[in-house]
Amino acid sequence: MLLKTKGVSINIEETLVGKVTRLPENLTSDSFLLVDDEIQAYPDKAHLGILSKQNDIYDLDNGSVVLKIPTLEHLTEGDIVSVGADGNIHTLYRVDSYHNTLLATERCNSNCLMCSQPPRDKNDVSFLYGIHKKLIPLIPKDCVELGISGGEPTLMGELFFDMLEKIKHELPDTEIHVLTNGRSFAWDHMAYRLSQVDNNRLMLGIPVYSDYYQVHDYIVQAKDAFYQTIAGLHNLARYNQRIEIRVVLHKLSIPRLVKLAKYIYKNLPFVEHVAFMGLEYVGYTPHNIDKLWIDPMDYNKELGEAVEFLANKGLHVSIYNSQLCVLPENLWQYARKSISDWKNSYMPECQSCSKLEDCGGLFTWNLKKHSEHIKPFTTNVLELSSGIE
Amino acid sequence: MEKEKSTRKFKGLELYDRQVEKDYFLLPFRFHRLTPEKEIIVNEVGDYLILPNGTFEKIVKRQIFKDSDEELYGDLLSNFFISEEKVSPLIDVLATRYRTKKSFLDDFTSLHIFVVSLRCEHTCHYCQVSRVTQDKGKYDMSIEHINKGIDLMMRSPNSHVTMEFQGGEALLAFENIVYAVERTKELAKVFNKKVTYVICTNLAVITEEILLYCKENDILISSSLDGPAFIHNENRKRPGRNSYELAIKGIELSRSILGKSRVSALMTTTNLSLEHPKEIVDEYYRLGFKSIFLRPISPYGFAVKNERKNKYETEKFIAFYKTALHHIIDYNLKGEFFSEDYASIILKKILTPFPVGYVDLNSPAGAINNVIVFNYEGSVYATDESRMLAEMNDFSFKLGHLDTHSYEDIFYGERAAWIAEASTNENLPGCSECAFQSYCGADPVHNLSTQGDISGYRPTSSFCQKNMEIIRYLIELMESDKRIRTVFESWIQ
Repeated sequence: MLLKTKGVSINIEETLVGKVTRLPENLTSDSFLLVDDEIQAYPDKAHLGILSKQNDIYDLDNGSVVLKIPTLEHLTEGDIVSVGADGNIHTLYRVDSYHNTLLATERCNSNCLMCSQPPRDKNDVSFLYGIHKKLIPLIPKDCVELGISGGEPTLMGELFFDMLEKIKHELPDTEIHVLTNGRSFAWDHMAYRLSQVDNNRLMLGIPVYSDYYQVHDYIVQAKDAFYQTIAGLHNLARYNQRIEIRVVLHKLSIPRLVKLAKYIYKNLPFVEHVAFMGLEYVGYTPHNIDKLWIDPMDYNKELGEAVEFLANKGLHVSIYNSQLCVLPENLWQYARKSISDWKNSYMPECQSCSKLEDCGGLFTWNLKKHSEHIKPFTTNVLELSSGIE
Repeated sequence: MEKEKSTRKFKGLELYDRQVEKDYFLLPFRFHRLTPEKEIIVNEVGDYLILPNGTFEKIVKRQIFKDSDEELYGDLLSNFFISEEKVSPLIDVLATRYRTKKSFLDDFTSLHIFVVSLRCEHTCHYCQVSRVTQDKGKYDMSIEHINKGIDLMMRSPNSHVTMEFQGGEALLAFENIVYAVERTKELAKVFNKKVTYVICTNLAVITEEILLYCKENDILISSSLDGPAFIHNENRKRPGRNSYELAIKGIELSRSILGKSRVSALMTTTNLSLEHPKEIVDEYYRLGFKSIFLRPISPYGFAVKNERKNKYETEKFIAFYKTALHHIIDYNLKGEFFSEDYASIILKKILTPFPVGYVDLNSPAGAINNVIVFNYEGSVYATDESRMLAEMNDFSFKLGHLDTHSYEDIFYGERAAWIAEASTNENLPGCSECAFQSYCGADPVHNLSTQGDISGYRPTSSFCQKNMEIIRYLIELMESDKRIRTVFESWIQ
């Protein structure tokens, strides 16, 4: 899936954010006209700019235009893009997707060994928020779910809450899912401030990788992180904030996984959801693969015990990024097809699998590193599972 | 880019070690020998670890090392047994968990027992209090006292109270129950209280008319069933020797009108029962109950007077309990759901981080904090057992009288303060250092009635003997057999 393209910009000084349309009659002052093949007349209606594959355009007045864009096929009517002075066109919001995410900042106070989106130490907060401020009002009001990720979003400081308030105002019916390491909420005032946003559609996804501080701190490569996160979780609970615990499964988190499940039940019983997630082979992971890799087939026992313990205690539990052929059948009920559409792939042998429809598949980048045990279901499931046993 | 990478270079596990000079601090926890090979350590909020004998000593002597005992060290740290800092960084989490465990105290008295009549048509040999008589004036609670009891109940800080009608046979004074329920319904609106109503009855005199009133007012029926006919009728004497038949008929009628979940039964263990654990369990199972509560008889009233029949050894009860428990577990292993209530109460305390509000096994004790008794003649007692003790002319737990004492006199008076002092096992001799403290409770009424001292004396306490062994046994069972662990987990879901 293409999310970025580039052309030659004319009359663009600061980054513009707007919806795209191929129909001149639909143009508004916050939308771009997409010009694919046929050269069209300069539109009569007010508009934000023109994005064109052509080399030239008629009647160019002082309007903002990007020319010579290699392709516009990836853009759907109503998608929202940012257009920079450098001619870069980023897709910010896709109307046909349930997985739209705002990147709050690329800065992070952790440095997880398996980070899929490694942090960058540059102050991008005001630049990115400048874009989001324009973006948020344009998002369709029927948007089902919107993610906020980083980096560590809370490093935006007060702007983080500003953004959440803006979202609540513009998108009162949208589920908001924030990925944060939760450390900032060890400061009571941060948790309190979040509660002031008062959005019961807001859920925080917070990772806990071990019940033992040193292992967690090592995995996230940050001293004191575990104690800060746990204290943060308790502060958030005190203000009735909705919380999801996220556990990435790898060689460092598996040995104490069942103990972690018990720790969550005993110390964090207020969480709404616990998600166990397969390792993504992207970002830092390839670099640290020797420290992290364990074939998912080899942790089924620990995963099963942890999942069933929590589920039996009445907690809502999910398994993400796993393939049905690697997962024992009793855990299928917890497996979710969660991988964003544009990141989702299947192995060549999966094409003959009878369970393909129900399977979450792989991250595209995990085609390079996956369980050795992926194989298609060719007969009915009962026969096959009894064959395995 | 190059510069960024250098500052984000990955570091090894050892760099995240916070321990200073291989030292650690002990958080409050207690220990107990579980089996000849194993010991248990339990922390302040009830989390436990089971370890080979001798481990406790090593922990205390600082002989557990991060590198050589990696897993155990991590377990001790993450389960709040030790800390690498003098004050644990998660001390607030521990405090929250402690508050949660004790939050059954938050709302104060919930259970209000009204002894509406002492009259009964049964003469159960273990019964402490009942009278066979027609004398309503002397043995029924007066309307005036019912009014005053309700007024006190409305003053409870608890927004959800339970009004329980007891006897004697409560239904012999059904017209007073109706009066009490109707008045309470009106006042509950004024005081914004949710009220759960319970009638305790032997079912002998229950009628369709009574049950229709119960249905209309959401009243629960709590009945008595001691086991199959030959046990029940022996224990629960009545003209015609038909107590069992009437109970069964009553259960069926009650279920048909109120629904199965609105009708419960309690059993009392006697010397005769002790010989028939399986038959009693089977009887409950056969009748479609989803659980049974294996209760020992209480050492009060006529019970103590009838020594030969009722004063059995605690050991015998424990043996009975274990046999019955295994029989119940067997049902579960065959795929049935059928639980034992006393075990469920204790298991909830052991396995969950949540409070358990069972009045007879709490610290602080349920007396006054969770339960109060308005006796038929207007006296107010701290617990149901307290009024039975009073029938033996020991009025230690009489808190006052509805005619002469105010809410403050009763709930915050000198008697209440005296009881409160012996109501926390955290500060009772022998309990304060007990590993099972957080799974157990304090029972000042039992202490005084059996040992003549409100604080009790643990080495010869039957309360202690019974609970120590049942708790130890439950832990041993679930630690040694995964299937039993799964059964136990299902009981507390």
